[in-house]
Formats: sequence, C-alpha cells, structure tokens
Amino acid sequence: MITTRRPASRRRLRRLPLHAAAALTVTVCLFPVYWMVSTAFRPSRDIQSYEPGLIPREWTLDHFRTAVQADGFALFWRNSVLVTLSAVLLALVVALAAAYAVARLRWRGRRQFMLAVFIAQMAPWESLVIPVYIISRDTNMLDRLPTLTLVYFMITLPFTVVVLRGFIAGIPPELEEAAQVDGCTRVGAFRRIAFPLLAPGLMATSLFGFITAWNEFTYANFLIIKQQDSRTLPVWLSSFQTTFGTDWGATMAASTLFALPALIVFLALQRHVTSGLTAGGVKG
Amino acid sequence: MPARPSPPAHRGRRFAPGPYLLIAPAVLGMLYLLLYPFGRALLISFQDFRLRELIKGDAEFVGLRNYQTLLGDPRFWDVVRRTFLFMAVNVVAIMILATLVALMTERLGKIGRTVVLSSLVLVWAVPVVAATTVFQWLFHSQFGIVNETLTDLGFDSFEEYTWFADGRAAFAILVVLIVWQSVPFAAITLYSALTTVPQELYESARLDGAGAARIFRSVTFPLVRPIFMLVVSLEVIWTFKAFVQIWVMTRGGPGDATTILPVYAVQTALANQRYDLGSAASMLTLLLMSGVLVLYFRQLFRQEGEHL
Repeated sequence: MITTRRPASRRRLRRLPLHAAAALTVTVCLFPVYWMVSTAFRPSRDIQSYEPGLIPREWTLDHFRTAVQADGFALFWRNSVLVTLSAVLLALVVALAAAYAVARLRWRGRRQFMLAVFIAQMAPWESLVIPVYIISRDTNMLDRLPTLTLVYFMITLPFTVVVLRGFIAGIPPELEEAAQVDGCTRVGAFRRIAFPLLAPGLMATSLFGFITAWNEFTYANFLIIKQQDSRTLPVWLSSFQTTFGTDWGATMAASTLFALPALIVFLALQRHVTSGLTAGGVKG
Repeated sequence: MPARPSPPAHRGRRFAPGPYLLIAPAVLGMLYLLLYPFGRALLISFQDFRLRELIKGDAEFVGLRNYQTLLGDPRFWDVVRRTFLFMAVNVVAIMILATLVALMTERLGKIGRTVVLSSLVLVWAVPVVAATTVFQWLFHSQFGIVNETLTDLGFDSFEEYTWFADGRAAFAILVVLIVWQSVPFAAITLYSALTTVPQELYESARLDGAGAARIFRSVTFPLVRPIFMLVVSLEVIWTFKAFVQIWVMTRGGPGDATTILPVYAVQTALANQRYDLGSAASMLTLLLMSGVLVLYFRQLFRQEGEHL
C-alpha cells in the first residue's frame, strides 16, 4: 500500500450522493409546510396566477386578518384550548396515581393492569365513533364540550400512564426512603422528593397529550352537530373551504395558525421525540 | 415469563387497599369510556338499529342478520379489498422510505443529521387536518403548484387536471399524503434503533470483507429487527384505520374510490342511519385487524417484558 490518505476532494465526491439524498429528504419534508406558510403571506392575485414563483413577490397579512376575523374563530379557539387543557390535566392526575401504584407498589393484578393499559393504548377509536355517538345521545351529552373532554382524556390516558411509569421507575426509591426515615410520610416523601424530579417528564408527557387532543377531528366532528358554538378548531378548519370558497390564502393562513402550537411544541421537545420517548405512543 | 416473587416482607400481610384506590380512576375510565362503548357496538351489531330505534330505543335482536347482509354485499367486499390494497401500498412505501432515510441519517455528519431530524420532526408535528388541507391546495386543479410544475415540465395534459375527480388519482394522493405524514415516526424510530448497533460489529464485518448490502443483511437488520417489526405492525394498524385524511379530503369519493373500512362504517351508520350495519362493519374491521394487533402485542411484550 502506498496511498493511505485520500485527498479531501475525492472524499467529498464520494459523499456527494449521500448529501444529495439528504437534501432531497429535507426538501420533500419541508416543501408542503413552506408552501402553506408562503401561500398564507401572498396577496390573492399572486396566489391565483399561473406563475406563482417560489418566493412571494409581496408579503401581506390580509389572509391572517380574514382568518382571525372569521365567524367564531375566537370561540373555537377558546373551545379547543378548554377541552384540550381539561382533558390533559385530568389524564395527568389520574395517570400519575396509577403510574405511582405500578412503579412503586407491589400488588396482585399489577401485570394485568399494565396489559389493559397497553391494550387501551391501541384502542380502535375510529371504530368506536358509532357507539360513543349513540351513548352520548342517550345520555344527553351530544353537542357538549365535556363529552369531548372525556373522550380526549381516555385517548391520552394510556400513553400518559406508560410514560409516567417509566419516569417514576427512573427515580431511585432510596431517595424517598431516606426522606421517610427522616420523618416524612410516604405521600410527603413522594411530593417533596420525587415530584420535583418528575416535573420535566410531566411537562413533556402533557405536551404530547395536548397535541393529540388539539388535533383530534373525528369525535369533534361527529359529537358536535347542532350546537355550532361548541365546535373546535380542526372541524372549523375542515369546513373552511365551504365557508371561504376559493380563498386559498385565508385557508392556508388558518392552517398555519392551527398548526403553529403543535409545530412549536414538537420542535421544543425534539430531544424527547428523537430519543424514542414516544415510540408507539403519539401519532401526530 | 415467570412472575417475579413478591418480596418476603409483603407476604402474609393483610390486604392493602392503597394501590387499588390509586388505579381506580384509571380503571373506571377504561371500563366506562372503552369497554362499555365496545360492548354497546357489539350489541348493536346483533340488533335491528336504525333511526327509529335510536329515538325510541327498543331495538330488536336479529342474530347474525347484519353480518349476513354485509357479507352478501359485493360493495362491502370491494371495500375490504380496497382497504387491504390501501394498507399494503402505504406500509410498503413507508417502510422502504423510512429505512432508507434512517440509514442515510446515520451516515450523515452532525450538522446534516440535525437538519434532517429537525425536518422529520416538523413534518410529524403538522396536524392531520392542516396537512390534508395543504395537500388539497398543492393538488388544486387550477392554481395548484403540482399542476403548474408538471405543465412547465412539458406534461401539458396536467393543465387544470382535476385530481380529485379521478378515483385512481385521489387514491394516489391519499397514499402520498399518508406516506409523507408517517415516514418521520418510522424513520426516527428506526434511526434510534440503528444508533444502538455497536460500531465494532461493523468493523469486524468489514474486516471479513463484507460489502454494504451484506453488512445490512447480516449485521444491521437482524439487530434492529424487533423494532422494525414493531414499527411495521404499528403502521399496518394505523393505515388500516386511516380515517381523518380520507374523510376531510374525499369523504370516500369519487364514487367509492377511496372508501376503506372505517370510512364505510361511519358512512353507513351516521350518514345512512344504519347504525346496526355500521357497527357490524366496525366489528369486522377489528376482526381483520386482530391478527396484526396480536403480532404487535407479542413484539411489544417481548421488548417490554422485563419491565412489566
């Protein structure tokens, strides 16, 4: 062997296909998102032209104004936030109790309970729309936001239990035992020692639950029928074209506004997302 | 797996209600919000349940009549065939693309890797309804960027081409949409699995003179196989019950071209007020999915077994 070091240019050439593939992947991923945002900022005559150009020639906020001032936007926003927050809080409290019992205590039926949770996580919600509709109708719960809260609570609960169990199991029980030796009660030890350590996990978990509930369409669409004031943002967005016809600028502005919270949360939690915290849990 | 013996200190102690009180709310939620609706759907699928019964509430049992009606209906079989086609096309495309993206990401430098992972996370985060709306705009007949690009490239037949009027085209767009949305989860999960493969294995395989394809087949794939199978079964389950994208984009049309089982069930029940037939269709969907579900749980418990 004579040449042991290859010139840098040859190495770069060898890696060219790899970088081309990476560029293609990034383009395919980002283009639809870019097109949504850039359409939202274009003036209408630019949108309805046969040569749109990749970068808007002019920028405008008109479409965002149209979307925000659309009938009921503020109301649907409030509904979405209300339903989502209450569902996530409820799931968090209920899941914390269950996760503590599973991770820290020994009792008969623990394995069976976790099995039920794993099965619940794969619950075929698409196939339960019909009975949930009929039950809500029978119990006078149609067209009401608390119904959606309960459904979203159940959708997010299994995932929350699974993840919190992992987080609690990761905190050494010796810490709490030491606090108990120093005179804390079991609950007090958990609250003072484990809970602060658990806070980041609680935060990440609840944000994923938040996204799931925020995006939910099917139940919001079929359980809220007559009472239009109780609709949520996804349903509003899906009917946007019927309301706004060919105003694609406003439609894309509405999509952008609706997607923004989810995009921010996911990018902020990127580390958790890519470390596989969500494996099997969240379907965006 | 043998049950772990409980620690001796707990043996023979009296029944402690603590843990059961802690899980009670979760159990009640699962019973009332999951098991009860499921039981109700099962019940309705054996009843004569239409608009009249919905209002008056005295449904009659008709045995297996609803199932017989469905299974004797050629349209239902078309829907079943289409569901499997839709699922197969999606899952194959998702797994091939996700594996390629994961292998590529592993080979990239630090900056490239961060950029690719961030774009994947961004796509994953786009809400389904927003993504569906955006794809409707991309494929818009008059001003959609896809038609304009194709026309500019010389495919003049795409000028003002109405994608959503043609069954095959609408089906293809839904596949593209679902693949675009599903690849990030699969690719990121496979990538995290790839990073756990010890580098020494690659080195010794290379020393033994193995090529890239051989290394993937004999070293990489066997090691990530459990995660790979987990992702495959999840994607099968998810695409089998894809509903929102189809409902928002085409409502199952044009004609029946994009009607898969979940869409068919909801159409039958809530649009045609045949709650009985819709429930029966849902139950058959579950039955068809149950094989994959069992496979998924077996993989999952093999992975999670020791923690359970």
